Amino acid sequence: MDETRRTFLKVAGLSVLGFGAKPVVDAVAGTGQSKFERDPKALNGKRWAMVVDQKKCLDAKEGCKECVLACNYAHNVPDFGNPKDEVKWIWQTSYEHAFPGQENPYIEGFVKDSLKGLPFTVLCNHCDNPPCVRVCPVKATFRRPDGIVQMDYHRCIGCRFCMAACPFGARNLNWRDPRPFIKKENPEFPTRTRGVVEKCNFCAERLDVGKIPACVEACKEKALVFGDLEDPNSEVRALLRTHPSIQRKPQLGTRPQVYYIL
Amino acid sequence: MLEKALRGNKSYFTWIGFLLVLVGMGFSFYLRQLSYGLGITGMSRNVSWGLYIGQFTFLVGVAASAVMLVLPYYLHNYKVFGKITILGEFLAVAAVTMCLTFIVVDLGRPDRAFNVLLYPTPNSVLFWDMVVLNGYLFLNIVVGWTVLEAEAKSAPPPKWVKPLIYLSIPWAVSIHTVTAFLYAGLPGRSFWLSAIMAPRFLASAFAAGPALLIMICLFLRKYTKFDAGWEAIQSLAKIVTYAMIISVFFVLCELFTVFYSQIPEDMNHFRYLFFGLHGHDGLVPWMWASTVLAMLSLVLMINPKTRNSPGTLAMGCVCVFFSLWIEKGITLVLTGYIPSPLETITQYHPTVPEIGIVIGVWALGFLILSILYKVALTVKTESV
Repeated sequence: MDETRRTFLKVAGLSVLGFGAKPVVDAVAGTGQSKFERDPKALNGKRWAMVVDQKKCLDAKEGCKECVLACNYAHNVPDFGNPKDEVKWIWQTSYEHAFPGQENPYIEGFVKDSLKGLPFTVLCNHCDNPPCVRVCPVKATFRRPDGIVQMDYHRCIGCRFCMAACPFGARNLNWRDPRPFIKKENPEFPTRTRGVVEKCNFCAERLDVGKIPACVEACKEKALVFGDLEDPNSEVRALLRTHPSIQRKPQLGTRPQVYYIL
Repeated sequence: MLEKALRGNKSYFTWIGFLLVLVGMGFSFYLRQLSYGLGITGMSRNVSWGLYIGQFTFLVGVAASAVMLVLPYYLHNYKVFGKITILGEFLAVAAVTMCLTFIVVDLGRPDRAFNVLLYPTPNSVLFWDMVVLNGYLFLNIVVGWTVLEAEAKSAPPPKWVKPLIYLSIPWAVSIHTVTAFLYAGLPGRSFWLSAIMAPRFLASAFAAGPALLIMICLFLRKYTKFDAGWEAIQSLAKIVTYAMIISVFFVLCELFTVFYSQIPEDMNHFRYLFFGLHGHDGLVPWMWASTVLAMLSLVLMINPKTRNSPGTLAMGCVCVFFSLWIEKGITLVLTGYIPSPLETITQYHPTVPEIGIVIGVWALGFLILSILYKVALTVKTESV
């Protein structure tokens, strides 16, 4: 009896070791070759970034929400119709909420007159030094080499540490099942389950097939410009070279990569 | 030894039955939360942690306070605590179990909780919190149980347990430090972004935990055969007094820095907490209740007359416990979110299922505590 139990334990122990070793072996002695081939049309960047040219919004018709609507459709963002459950990837807000602490009685006038009181378009800043990535206990959110801060919806445990860490309120939990609240489903992009966090992904899935982000494409006034900051000839670099620009909360050291031209 | 928990009088079983009913109630609410999602609670996009994480934070302190018994007894050979050290260790076991349960009920995807082990991430404070909490639970179960078992057999405790006891002392400090670091390292949450957060957590822990122990000891003295000894209770009372004074002092330090520097972003949280901001004042009554209780407790605990009399000592400890429960269990977590980093104000109101789950987890903790204490006290009273 004892003999068989001992043998069983030996075999069981060895098998556990064996299975446990496989990922280690893969990591150390893997071939390093990707199993998937990249689409030749894919857009390649070294440091993706966005410039929001707020003055161009002036040319749009009042209440224009093209960028928001395009994003919501592209990413199956649910519309719960209440602020408590709200999920948003890109949205419009007033100056004092986009740049809190930088308002003063006179800038109000500038924003009102010069920018016709336009709301500011805000989204995930895809920070170079993202606190959300630093705090995630399971690496469900991570920074890609091209600068995109990406989410793995299949790994997220819904602890919401990232939501506490993000200084821009860019992150959302699915407080309930989002699927019944998707207005028109886009079969090209996965829907999420309740209990996971999501946010803007700079349209990583579109870049992979050679398309620019949905919000940028939707903006008829070209107020949103997307490009590679490491490429000196890119449009974003040209804009930042020729216009004074500001970032949101630069003093926090997260190095946000969405720039605003007022 | 566990069989000792199966024998008891009617009031013991009524108490156990009562706790089981509460646990069952909490569990049924939790099943509803599992099927609906965390939207069943009062949490929202802007206030994304609520009562669950608040209770977790407070209870880490209660757990850490076991060290206030272990350290004098084992390190300084303070024999007076010999009888009650086990109560501190078992309180830590019950409190850490509640902490871990609160974390699990707070997860959006509890089915994936083990991802924390599958993808260990040393740069996340939450990962370290998981490590230190589970370690502390293990240390206290093993130490408490082994020493008690030796006592039941009238034998000295085995030698290997000594290093574990010594290890449990810095470990207790670590659980509360790491828990404070969950908050104190986040850019953009100025209410939490304070170097004094961990010391503050430790001070309030060493007040709230021993205060609860004194209440338990006074209760046991009155209603059971177990007497912790008046000297032990008095020593604990002095620990509570000093810890509470330090805790209040640390809060005043925070208030000075925030209100003398007059940085609006930092002030707004405290203004919301104490006076209300832009007409929103959901936490104001709670904060003032906590403040009044803290002042009252200092009067009752500092004055030797009131500290030395069981009736007023019990009152003092109740004041300490509830003042700190409000401060850490409710206001500390919520105020970090109000106003939000984008300077919007979303208030938070816990829902009925959420409160039901909170009560259920507390009942689970008290169930574990009652069973462990029953075993310990039976051993103690039989061996005398």
